[in-house]
Amino acid sequence: MARHVIAPVDELPPGTRKFLEIDGRPIAVFNIKGEYFGLMNRCPHQGAALCEGPLIGLAQSSDPGEIEYTKLGEIIRCPWHGWEFDIRTGQSYCDPRRFRVKAYPAHVEPGTSVVKGPYVAETVTVKVESDYVVVEL
Amino acid sequence: MNIQFRESLEAASSLTAKNATKTAIADCDIHPARASRTELYPYLAKRWQHHLEVYGVHAYQGMMDGPPYPKAQPNASRRDAYPPEGGPQGSSLSFMQKQLLDPNNVQLGVLNPLNSGQGIRNHELSAALCSAINDWQIDKWTSKDKRLKGSIVVGNEDGLSAAAEIRERAGDKNFVQVLLLSRNVEPLGQRRYWPIYQAAEEAGLPVGVHAFGFGGNPITPSGWPSYYVEEMVGHSQCQQSALASLALEGVFERFPKLKMVMIEAGFGWAPSLAWRLDNVWQRLRSEVPHVKRPPSEYIREQVWWTTQPMEDPERREDLFDVINWIGWDRLLFATDYPHWDYDEPSRVLPAGVSEDNREAFYLGNAKKLYGIS
Repeated sequence: MARHVIAPVDELPPGTRKFLEIDGRPIAVFNIKGEYFGLMNRCPHQGAALCEGPLIGLAQSSDPGEIEYTKLGEIIRCPWHGWEFDIRTGQSYCDPRRFRVKAYPAHVEPGTSVVKGPYVAETVTVKVESDYVVVEL
Repeated sequence: MNIQFRESLEAASSLTAKNATKTAIADCDIHPARASRTELYPYLAKRWQHHLEVYGVHAYQGMMDGPPYPKAQPNASRRDAYPPEGGPQGSSLSFMQKQLLDPNNVQLGVLNPLNSGQGIRNHELSAALCSAINDWQIDKWTSKDKRLKGSIVVGNEDGLSAAAEIRERAGDKNFVQVLLLSRNVEPLGQRRYWPIYQAAEEAGLPVGVHAFGFGGNPITPSGWPSYYVEEMVGHSQCQQSALASLALEGVFERFPKLKMVMIEAGFGWAPSLAWRLDNVWQRLRSEVPHVKRPPSEYIREQVWWTTQPMEDPERREDLFDVINWIGWDRLLFATDYPHWDYDEPSRVLPAGVSEDNREAFYLGNAKKLYGIS
Protein backbone atom coordinates (compact mmCIF):
# COMPACT_ATOMS: atom_id res chain seq x y z
CA MET A 1 0.00 0.00 0.00
CA ALA A 2 1.60 3.24 -1.13
CA ARG A 3 1.24 6.50 0.75
CA HIS A 4 0.51 9.71 -1.12
CA VAL A 5 0.92 13.17 0.32
CA ILE A 6 -2.21 15.19 -0.40
CA ALA A 7 -1.77 18.65 1.09
CA PRO A 8 -0.51 20.54 4.09
CA VAL A 9 -3.09 20.36 6.87
CA ASP A 10 -3.76 24.12 6.56
CA GLU A 11 -5.01 23.65 3.01
CA LEU A 12 -7.70 21.19 4.00
CA PRO A 13 -9.68 22.76 6.84
CA PRO A 14 -12.69 20.99 8.41
CA GLY A 15 -15.69 20.77 6.09
CA THR A 16 -13.59 20.93 2.92
CA ARG A 17 -12.54 18.31 0.40
CA LYS A 18 -9.76 17.99 -2.14
CA PHE A 19 -10.01 16.26 -5.50
CA LEU A 20 -7.02 14.54 -7.05
CA GLU A 21 -6.06 11.74 -9.36
CA ILE A 22 -3.67 9.06 -8.17
CA ASP A 23 -2.50 6.35 -10.54
CA GLY A 24 -5.38 7.21 -12.85
CA ARG A 25 -7.93 6.87 -10.07
CA PRO A 26 -10.16 9.86 -9.20
CA ILE A 27 -9.99 10.37 -5.43
CA ALA A 28 -11.38 12.89 -3.01
CA VAL A 29 -10.08 13.47 0.51
CA PHE A 30 -12.44 15.02 3.05
CA ASN A 31 -11.77 16.75 6.34
CA ILE A 32 -14.76 15.98 8.57
CA LYS A 33 -14.40 17.78 11.89
CA GLY A 34 -10.64 17.23 11.93
CA GLU A 35 -10.74 13.62 10.74
CA TYR A 36 -9.62 12.72 7.24
CA PHE A 37 -11.29 10.28 4.86
CA GLY A 38 -10.48 9.27 1.30
CA LEU A 39 -13.11 8.04 -1.16
CA MET A 40 -13.07 6.95 -4.77
CA ASN A 41 -14.72 9.81 -6.66
CA ARG A 42 -16.97 7.55 -8.68
CA CYS A 43 -20.46 6.42 -7.74
CA PRO A 44 -20.81 2.63 -7.94
CA HIS A 45 -24.36 3.07 -9.24
CA GLN A 46 -23.89 4.82 -12.61
CA GLY A 47 -20.43 6.34 -12.39
CA ALA A 48 -21.04 9.99 -11.48
CA ALA A 49 -18.33 12.03 -9.76
CA LEU A 50 -19.79 11.09 -6.37
CA CYS A 51 -17.67 13.35 -4.19
CA GLU A 52 -18.93 16.52 -5.91
CA GLY A 53 -22.27 16.00 -4.18
CA PRO A 54 -23.45 17.84 -1.09
CA LEU A 55 -22.52 16.73 2.41
CA ILE A 56 -25.65 16.03 4.36
CA GLY A 57 -26.73 14.15 7.45
CA LEU A 58 -28.49 10.83 7.84
CA ALA A 59 -32.27 10.97 8.10
CA GLN A 60 -33.64 7.85 9.77
CA SER A 61 -37.01 6.96 11.16
CA SER A 62 -37.90 4.37 13.78
CA ASP A 63 -41.60 4.87 13.13
CA PRO A 64 -43.59 6.97 10.67
CA GLY A 65 -43.72 10.44 12.18
CA GLU A 66 -40.45 10.04 14.08
CA ILE A 67 -37.37 11.43 12.30
CA GLU A 68 -33.84 11.35 13.60
CA TYR A 69 -31.15 13.34 11.82
CA THR A 70 -27.59 12.35 12.69
CA LYS A 71 -24.09 12.17 11.20
CA LEU A 72 -24.36 15.78 10.04
CA GLY A 73 -21.78 16.46 7.34
CA GLU A 74 -20.72 12.82 7.19
CA ILE A 75 -22.96 11.58 4.40
CA ILE A 76 -22.17 12.29 0.76
CA ARG A 77 -25.11 12.52 -1.62
CA CYS A 78 -24.41 11.70 -5.28
CA PRO A 79 -24.80 14.73 -7.57
CA TRP A 80 -26.85 12.66 -10.03
CA HIS A 81 -29.25 10.26 -8.36
CA GLY A 82 -28.91 11.25 -4.74
CA TRP A 83 -27.56 7.89 -3.49
CA GLU A 84 -26.17 8.34 0.01
CA PHE A 85 -22.85 6.99 1.28
CA ASP A 86 -21.14 7.19 4.66
CA ILE A 87 -17.86 9.03 4.14
CA ARG A 88 -16.23 7.13 7.01
CA THR A 89 -16.74 3.72 5.45
CA GLY A 90 -18.00 4.11 1.88
CA GLN A 91 -21.10 2.23 2.95
CA SER A 92 -24.24 2.78 0.88
CA TYR A 93 -27.47 3.57 2.68
CA CYS A 94 -29.58 2.68 -0.38
CA ASP A 95 -28.35 -0.84 -1.02
CA PRO A 96 -25.59 -1.75 1.43
CA ARG A 97 -25.52 -5.34 0.22
CA ARG A 98 -24.47 -4.56 -3.33
CA PHE A 99 -22.97 -1.09 -3.38
CA ARG A 100 -19.98 0.33 -1.58
CA VAL A 101 -17.60 3.11 -2.51
CA LYS A 102 -13.94 2.27 -2.21
CA ALA A 103 -12.66 4.03 0.90
CA TYR A 104 -9.00 4.90 1.40
CA PRO A 105 -7.42 5.50 4.79
CA ALA A 106 -6.26 9.09 5.24
CA HIS A 107 -4.43 10.63 8.14
CA VAL A 108 -1.99 13.33 9.14
CA GLU A 109 1.76 12.84 9.33
CA PRO A 110 4.42 15.28 10.44
CA GLY A 111 6.39 16.95 7.67
CA THR A 112 9.62 15.45 8.93
CA SER A 113 8.28 12.00 8.15
CA VAL A 114 6.79 12.71 4.72
CA VAL A 115 9.96 14.25 3.30
CA LYS A 116 11.91 11.12 4.06
CA GLY A 117 12.12 8.07 1.91
CA PRO A 118 9.92 7.67 -1.16
CA TYR A 119 7.04 9.74 0.16
CA VAL A 120 7.97 13.06 -1.38
CA ALA A 121 5.15 15.04 -2.93
CA GLU A 122 5.94 16.20 -6.42
CA THR A 123 3.38 18.94 -6.82
CA VAL A 124 3.22 20.25 -3.29
CA THR A 125 5.92 22.39 -1.84
CA VAL A 126 6.81 20.39 1.22
CA LYS A 127 7.58 22.53 4.17
CA VAL A 128 9.17 20.40 6.78
CA GLU A 129 7.62 22.36 9.65
CA SER A 130 4.04 21.54 8.56
CA ASP A 131 1.89 18.45 9.04
CA TYR A 132 0.56 16.79 5.92
CA VAL A 133 -2.55 14.83 4.98
CA VAL A 134 -1.57 11.45 3.61
CA VAL A 135 -3.82 8.96 1.84
CA GLU A 136 -3.04 5.29 1.39
CA LEU A 137 -3.86 3.23 -1.66
CA MET B 1 4.86 8.53 -6.53
CA ASN B 2 2.72 10.52 -8.85
CA ILE B 3 0.29 13.06 -7.53
CA GLN B 4 -1.72 15.27 -9.82
CA PHE B 5 -4.12 17.92 -8.67
CA ARG B 6 -6.99 18.37 -11.05
CA GLU B 7 -10.37 19.92 -11.12
CA SER B 8 -12.70 16.97 -11.14
CA LEU B 9 -14.39 18.14 -14.34
CA GLU B 10 -11.07 18.06 -16.15
CA ALA B 11 -10.52 14.59 -14.82
CA ALA B 12 -13.95 13.66 -16.16
CA SER B 13 -13.23 15.13 -19.57
CA SER B 14 -9.92 13.31 -19.78
CA LEU B 15 -11.85 10.12 -19.13
CA THR B 16 -14.45 11.02 -21.72
CA ALA B 17 -11.81 11.82 -24.32
CA LYS B 18 -11.02 8.13 -24.28
CA ASN B 19 -14.66 7.47 -25.08
CA ALA B 20 -14.68 9.25 -28.43
CA THR B 21 -14.68 5.91 -30.18
CA LYS B 22 -17.90 4.83 -28.44
CA THR B 23 -20.74 3.54 -30.57
CA ALA B 24 -23.07 6.30 -31.73
CA ILE B 25 -26.31 6.72 -29.81
CA ALA B 26 -29.50 8.73 -29.94
CA ASP B 27 -30.62 10.64 -26.86
CA CYS B 28 -34.37 11.13 -27.16
CA ASP B 29 -34.96 13.30 -24.11
CA ILE B 30 -32.68 16.30 -23.61
CA HIS B 31 -33.89 19.38 -21.74
CA PRO B 32 -32.52 22.68 -22.94
CA ALA B 33 -33.00 25.56 -20.50
CA ARG B 34 -33.17 29.30 -20.86
CA ALA B 35 -30.17 31.16 -19.48
CA SER B 36 -32.39 33.95 -18.19
CA ARG B 37 -36.03 34.85 -17.70
CA THR B 38 -35.96 37.25 -20.63
CA GLU B 39 -34.11 35.05 -23.10
CA LEU B 40 -37.34 34.51 -25.04
CA TYR B 41 -38.12 38.22 -25.41
CA PRO B 42 -36.48 38.54 -28.84
CA TYR B 43 -39.03 36.00 -30.08
CA LEU B 44 -42.05 37.57 -28.37
CA ALA B 45 -44.11 40.49 -29.60
CA LYS B 46 -43.84 43.61 -27.41
CA ARG B 47 -47.46 43.03 -26.45
CA TRP B 48 -46.56 39.76 -24.75
CA GLN B 49 -43.34 41.05 -23.20
CA HIS B 50 -45.37 43.77 -21.50
CA HIS B 51 -48.03 41.26 -20.52
CA LEU B 52 -45.43 39.07 -18.82
CA GLU B 53 -43.99 42.05 -16.93
CA VAL B 54 -47.40 43.22 -15.72
CA TYR B 55 -49.40 40.04 -15.22
CA GLY B 56 -46.94 37.15 -15.31
CA VAL B 57 -47.97 33.61 -16.19
CA HIS B 58 -50.89 31.75 -14.68
CA ALA B 59 -51.06 27.99 -14.99
CA TYR B 60 -54.13 25.85 -14.41
CA GLN B 61 -52.70 24.53 -11.16
CA GLY B 62 -53.19 27.95 -9.59
CA MET B 63 -51.22 29.89 -6.99
CA MET B 64 -48.02 28.26 -8.20
CA ASP B 65 -45.50 29.47 -10.72
CA GLY B 66 -43.29 26.43 -10.48
CA PRO B 67 -43.62 22.68 -10.48
CA PRO B 68 -46.15 21.25 -8.03
CA TYR B 69 -43.48 19.41 -6.03
CA PRO B 70 -39.99 20.43 -4.96
CA LYS B 71 -37.29 18.55 -6.85
CA ALA B 72 -34.44 16.45 -5.51
CA GLN B 73 -31.67 18.72 -6.76
CA PRO B 74 -31.54 22.40 -7.81
CA ASN B 75 -33.57 22.83 -11.03
CA ALA B 76 -34.15 19.06 -10.82
CA SER B 77 -30.69 18.77 -12.35
CA ARG B 78 -27.34 17.09 -11.94
CA ARG B 79 -25.14 19.10 -9.62
CA ASP B 80 -22.25 18.78 -12.02
CA ALA B 81 -24.22 20.26 -14.92
CA TYR B 82 -23.91 23.99 -14.12
CA PRO B 83 -22.28 25.61 -17.15
CA PRO B 84 -18.92 27.23 -16.36
CA GLU B 85 -20.16 30.54 -17.78
CA GLY B 86 -23.08 30.59 -15.30
CA GLY B 87 -26.80 30.13 -15.80
CA PRO B 88 -28.96 27.10 -15.05
CA GLN B 89 -28.13 23.54 -16.01
CA GLY B 90 -28.91 22.84 -19.65
CA SER B 91 -28.63 26.49 -20.75
CA SER B 92 -25.25 26.27 -22.50
CA LEU B 93 -24.79 24.56 -25.86
CA SER B 94 -21.00 24.40 -25.56
CA PHE B 95 -21.19 22.77 -22.13
CA MET B 96 -23.88 20.34 -23.30
CA GLN B 97 -21.57 19.38 -26.15
CA LYS B 98 -18.67 18.87 -23.78
CA GLN B 99 -20.58 17.03 -21.06
CA LEU B 100 -23.17 15.04 -23.01
CA LEU B 101 -22.98 15.02 -26.81
CA ASP B 102 -19.26 14.52 -27.47
CA PRO B 103 -18.27 12.04 -24.76
CA ASN B 104 -21.30 9.81 -25.38
CA ASN B 105 -21.08 10.08 -29.17
CA VAL B 106 -24.67 11.30 -29.44
CA GLN B 107 -25.60 11.29 -33.11
CA LEU B 108 -29.19 12.44 -32.62
CA GLY B 109 -30.35 14.50 -29.63
CA VAL B 110 -34.06 15.31 -29.33
CA LEU B 111 -34.80 18.49 -27.39
CA ASN B 112 -37.85 18.60 -25.12
CA PRO B 113 -38.14 22.07 -23.60
CA LEU B 114 -40.15 22.17 -20.38
CA ASN B 115 -41.79 25.17 -18.66
CA SER B 116 -42.31 26.51 -22.13
CA GLY B 117 -45.78 27.97 -22.32
CA GLN B 118 -47.92 24.85 -22.17
CA GLY B 119 -50.83 24.62 -19.74
CA ILE B 120 -51.22 28.39 -19.35
CA ARG B 121 -54.73 29.73 -18.77
CA ASN B 122 -54.36 32.59 -21.22
CA HIS B 123 -54.42 30.69 -24.50
CA GLU B 124 -53.11 33.56 -26.63
CA LEU B 125 -50.13 33.96 -24.30
CA SER B 126 -49.64 30.21 -24.29
CA ALA B 127 -49.53 30.10 -28.09
CA ALA B 128 -47.12 33.07 -28.23
CA LEU B 129 -44.74 31.55 -25.69
CA CYS B 130 -44.78 28.16 -27.43
CA SER B 131 -44.03 29.75 -30.77
CA ALA B 132 -41.21 31.74 -29.18
CA ILE B 133 -39.74 28.58 -27.66
CA ASN B 134 -39.77 26.97 -31.09
CA ASP B 135 -37.92 29.91 -32.67
CA TRP B 136 -35.47 29.82 -29.75
CA GLN B 137 -34.82 26.10 -30.27
CA ILE B 138 -33.74 26.81 -33.85
CA ASP B 139 -31.67 29.90 -33.05
CA LYS B 140 -29.90 28.68 -29.94
CA TRP B 141 -29.66 24.93 -30.50
CA THR B 142 -30.61 23.12 -33.71
CA SER B 143 -29.05 25.59 -36.15
CA LYS B 144 -25.82 25.54 -34.14
CA ASP B 145 -25.44 21.78 -33.75
CA LYS B 146 -26.88 19.53 -36.41
CA ARG B 147 -27.05 16.59 -34.02
CA LEU B 148 -29.81 18.36 -32.12
CA LYS B 149 -33.43 18.32 -33.25
CA GLY B 150 -36.29 20.23 -31.67
CA SER B 151 -39.77 19.29 -30.55
CA ILE B 152 -42.59 21.59 -31.65
CA VAL B 153 -44.06 22.93 -28.43
CA VAL B 154 -47.74 23.80 -28.73
CA GLY B 155 -50.37 25.51 -26.62
CA ASN B 156 -51.91 22.16 -25.80
CA GLU B 157 -55.19 23.30 -24.25
CA ASP B 158 -56.24 25.11 -27.42
CA GLY B 159 -56.21 22.44 -30.11
CA LEU B 160 -56.78 24.90 -32.95
CA SER B 161 -53.85 27.20 -32.19
CA ALA B 162 -51.71 24.14 -31.49
CA ALA B 163 -52.58 22.69 -34.88
CA ALA B 164 -51.75 26.03 -36.52
CA GLU B 165 -48.31 26.02 -34.90
CA ILE B 166 -47.69 22.46 -36.11
CA ARG B 167 -48.72 23.34 -39.67
CA GLU B 168 -46.48 26.40 -39.55
CA ARG B 169 -43.48 24.23 -38.65
CA ALA B 170 -44.34 21.20 -40.80
CA GLY B 171 -41.50 20.27 -43.11
CA ASP B 172 -38.94 22.23 -41.09
CA LYS B 173 -36.07 19.80 -40.57
CA ASN B 174 -35.16 21.49 -37.29
CA PHE B 175 -38.08 19.62 -35.69
CA VAL B 176 -38.77 15.91 -35.39
CA GLN B 177 -41.84 15.69 -33.14
CA VAL B 178 -44.69 17.56 -31.47
CA LEU B 179 -44.45 17.84 -27.69
CA LEU B 180 -47.27 17.41 -25.20
CA LEU B 181 -47.09 16.86 -21.45
CA SER B 182 -48.88 14.21 -19.42
CA ARG B 183 -50.78 16.45 -16.98
CA ASN B 184 -53.43 18.22 -18.96
CA VAL B 185 -56.82 19.69 -18.20
CA GLU B 186 -58.45 16.52 -19.56
CA PRO B 187 -57.21 13.03 -20.48
CA LEU B 188 -55.27 13.24 -23.73
CA GLY B 189 -57.74 11.25 -25.84
CA GLN B 190 -60.46 13.90 -25.52
CA ARG B 191 -61.68 15.80 -28.53
CA ARG B 192 -60.21 19.19 -27.63
CA TYR B 193 -56.80 17.64 -28.41
CA TRP B 194 -57.77 15.99 -31.70
CA PRO B 195 -56.70 18.92 -33.92
CA ILE B 196 -53.18 18.36 -32.55
CA TYR B 197 -53.19 14.73 -33.62
CA GLN B 198 -54.66 15.54 -36.99
CA ALA B 199 -52.01 18.17 -37.73
CA ALA B 200 -49.20 15.93 -36.48
CA GLU B 201 -50.40 13.02 -38.58
CA GLU B 202 -50.57 15.25 -41.65
CA ALA B 203 -47.08 16.55 -40.98
CA GLY B 204 -45.76 13.02 -40.45
CA LEU B 205 -44.51 13.98 -36.99
CA PRO B 206 -44.72 11.72 -33.91
CA VAL B 207 -46.38 13.24 -30.85
CA GLY B 208 -44.26 12.91 -27.71
CA VAL B 209 -46.00 12.92 -24.33
CA HIS B 210 -43.51 13.90 -21.67
CA ALA B 211 -44.13 13.50 -17.95
CA PHE B 212 -45.15 16.68 -16.04
CA GLY B 213 -47.44 19.47 -17.07
CA PHE B 214 -49.58 22.16 -15.54
CA GLY B 215 -53.13 20.95 -16.16
CA GLY B 216 -54.18 21.41 -12.55
CA ASN B 217 -54.95 17.77 -11.85
CA PRO B 218 -53.07 15.86 -9.15
CA ILE B 219 -50.46 13.39 -10.29
CA THR B 220 -52.34 10.43 -8.83
CA PRO B 221 -55.97 9.48 -9.48
CA SER B 222 -56.53 9.47 -5.71
CA GLY B 223 -55.41 13.04 -5.13
CA TRP B 224 -52.38 15.14 -4.27
CA PRO B 225 -49.70 13.06 -2.53
CA SER B 226 -47.34 14.32 0.17
CA TYR B 227 -43.95 13.52 -1.28
CA TYR B 228 -41.84 14.08 -4.38
CA VAL B 229 -41.19 10.34 -4.36
CA GLU B 230 -44.89 9.84 -4.97
CA GLU B 231 -44.84 12.31 -7.83
CA MET B 232 -41.97 10.37 -9.39
CA VAL B 233 -43.97 7.14 -9.46
CA GLY B 234 -47.15 9.02 -10.26
CA HIS B 235 -45.83 9.83 -13.72
CA SER B 236 -46.42 6.27 -14.83
CA GLN B 237 -49.99 6.35 -13.50
CA CYS B 238 -50.59 9.62 -15.30
CA GLN B 239 -49.18 8.23 -18.54
CA GLN B 240 -51.34 5.12 -18.22
CA SER B 241 -54.46 7.30 -18.00
CA ALA B 242 -53.33 9.22 -21.06
CA LEU B 243 -52.69 6.07 -23.04
CA ALA B 244 -55.98 4.43 -22.03
CA SER B 245 -57.78 7.62 -23.06
CA LEU B 246 -56.02 7.75 -26.43
CA ALA B 247 -56.98 4.14 -27.12
CA LEU B 248 -60.57 4.24 -25.83
CA GLU B 249 -61.57 7.62 -27.25
CA GLY B 250 -60.61 6.22 -30.62
CA VAL B 251 -57.66 8.51 -31.35
CA PHE B 252 -55.56 5.65 -32.73
CA GLU B 253 -58.50 4.42 -34.82
CA ARG B 254 -59.24 7.88 -36.20
CA PHE B 255 -55.60 8.75 -36.88
CA PRO B 256 -54.07 5.45 -37.97
CA LYS B 257 -50.76 6.98 -39.04
CA LEU B 258 -50.35 8.85 -35.76
CA LYS B 259 -47.27 7.84 -33.78
CA MET B 260 -47.09 8.53 -30.05
CA VAL B 261 -43.96 8.55 -27.90
CA MET B 262 -44.33 8.04 -24.15
CA ILE B 263 -41.48 10.04 -22.62
CA GLU B 264 -40.02 9.69 -19.12
CA ALA B 265 -42.74 7.66 -17.50
CA GLY B 266 -41.28 4.16 -17.67
CA PHE B 267 -42.50 1.30 -19.81
CA GLY B 268 -42.64 -1.72 -17.48
CA TRP B 269 -46.35 -1.08 -16.96
CA ALA B 270 -47.19 -1.26 -20.66
CA PRO B 271 -47.92 -5.00 -20.94
CA SER B 272 -50.26 -5.15 -17.95
CA LEU B 273 -52.13 -2.02 -19.02
CA ALA B 274 -52.61 -3.50 -22.48
CA TRP B 275 -53.81 -6.82 -21.03
CA ARG B 276 -56.35 -5.07 -18.83
CA LEU B 277 -57.55 -2.88 -21.68
CA ASP B 278 -58.03 -5.91 -23.92
CA ASN B 279 -59.79 -7.80 -21.17
CA VAL B 280 -62.39 -5.12 -20.44
CA TRP B 281 -62.75 -4.18 -24.09
CA GLN B 282 -63.78 -7.75 -24.91
CA ARG B 283 -66.56 -7.50 -22.32
CA LEU B 284 -67.62 -3.90 -22.86
CA ARG B 285 -66.91 -3.20 -26.50
CA SER B 286 -70.47 -2.08 -27.17
CA GLU B 287 -69.76 1.01 -25.06
CA VAL B 288 -66.93 2.02 -27.39
CA PRO B 289 -67.85 0.64 -30.82
CA HIS B 290 -65.40 3.09 -32.42
CA VAL B 291 -62.58 1.01 -30.92
CA LYS B 292 -62.62 -1.72 -33.53
CA ARG B 293 -59.64 -3.79 -32.50
CA PRO B 294 -58.20 -4.89 -29.15
CA PRO B 295 -56.53 -1.79 -27.64
CA SER B 296 -53.21 -3.61 -27.37
CA GLU B 297 -53.02 -3.80 -31.15
CA TYR B 298 -53.15 -0.02 -31.50
CA ILE B 299 -50.61 0.36 -28.73
CA ARG B 300 -48.17 -2.08 -30.30
CA GLU B 301 -48.50 -0.39 -33.69
CA GLN B 302 -48.60 3.29 -32.78
CA VAL B 303 -46.67 3.77 -29.52
CA TRP B 304 -42.94 4.13 -28.81
CA TRP B 305 -41.28 4.53 -25.40
CA THR B 306 -38.23 6.44 -24.23
CA THR B 307 -36.09 4.55 -21.74
CA GLN B 308 -35.22 7.04 -19.04
CA PRO B 309 -35.95 6.33 -16.21
CA MET B 310 -34.78 2.90 -17.31
CA GLU B 311 -36.63 0.01 -15.66
CA ASP B 312 -34.26 -1.71 -13.26
CA PRO B 313 -35.69 -4.95 -11.84
CA GLU B 314 -33.51 -7.24 -9.76
CA ARG B 315 -33.60 -9.98 -12.40
CA ARG B 316 -32.57 -8.85 -15.85
CA GLU B 317 -34.78 -11.61 -17.28
CA ASP B 318 -37.79 -9.68 -15.98
CA LEU B 319 -36.66 -6.64 -17.94
CA PHE B 320 -36.18 -8.68 -21.07
CA ASP B 321 -39.66 -10.22 -20.69
CA VAL B 322 -41.21 -6.75 -20.63
CA ILE B 323 -39.17 -5.53 -23.58
CA ASN B 324 -39.99 -8.65 -25.56
CA TRP B 325 -43.69 -7.83 -25.15
CA ILE B 326 -43.20 -4.18 -26.09
CA GLY B 327 -40.78 -4.99 -28.89
CA TRP B 328 -37.06 -4.24 -29.18
CA ASP B 329 -38.02 -1.99 -32.10
CA ARG B 330 -40.11 0.29 -29.84
CA LEU B 331 -37.64 1.62 -27.26
CA LEU B 332 -35.80 4.91 -27.70
CA PHE B 333 -32.77 5.48 -25.52
CA ALA B 334 -32.81 8.70 -23.48
CA THR B 335 -30.65 10.24 -20.77
CA ASP B 336 -32.95 13.06 -19.56
CA TYR B 337 -29.89 15.34 -19.44
CA PRO B 338 -29.30 17.54 -17.47
CA HIS B 339 -31.88 16.33 -14.98
CA TRP B 340 -30.82 14.64 -11.79
CA ASP B 341 -32.23 11.23 -12.66
CA TYR B 342 -30.06 11.12 -15.80
CA ASP B 343 -29.34 7.64 -17.19
CA GLU B 344 -25.73 6.90 -18.10
CA PRO B 345 -25.68 5.22 -21.54
CA SER B 346 -23.00 2.69 -20.68
CA ARG B 347 -24.78 1.50 -17.53
CA VAL B 348 -28.47 1.09 -18.26
CA LEU B 349 -28.72 -2.01 -20.43
CA PRO B 350 -27.72 -5.31 -18.83
CA ALA B 351 -25.52 -7.78 -20.65
CA GLY B 352 -27.16 -10.49 -22.69
CA VAL B 353 -28.71 -8.38 -25.45
CA SER B 354 -27.98 -9.25 -29.06
CA GLU B 355 -25.95 -6.79 -31.14
CA ASP B 356 -28.94 -6.02 -33.37
CA ASN B 357 -31.20 -5.26 -30.41
CA ARG B 358 -28.55 -3.10 -28.76
CA GLU B 359 -28.14 -1.08 -31.92
CA ALA B 360 -31.91 -0.64 -32.24
CA PHE B 361 -32.21 0.31 -28.57
CA TYR B 362 -29.45 2.92 -28.62
CA LEU B 363 -29.83 4.39 -32.09
CA GLY B 364 -31.67 2.53 -34.85
CA ASN B 365 -35.23 2.87 -33.55
CA ALA B 366 -34.85 6.60 -33.01
CA LYS B 367 -33.37 7.25 -36.44
CA LYS B 368 -36.18 5.32 -38.05
CA LEU B 369 -38.98 6.93 -36.05
CA TYR B 370 -37.66 10.46 -36.42
CA GLY B 371 -36.61 10.03 -40.05
CA ILE B 372 -32.92 10.73 -39.52
CA SER B 373 -30.64 9.19 -42.12
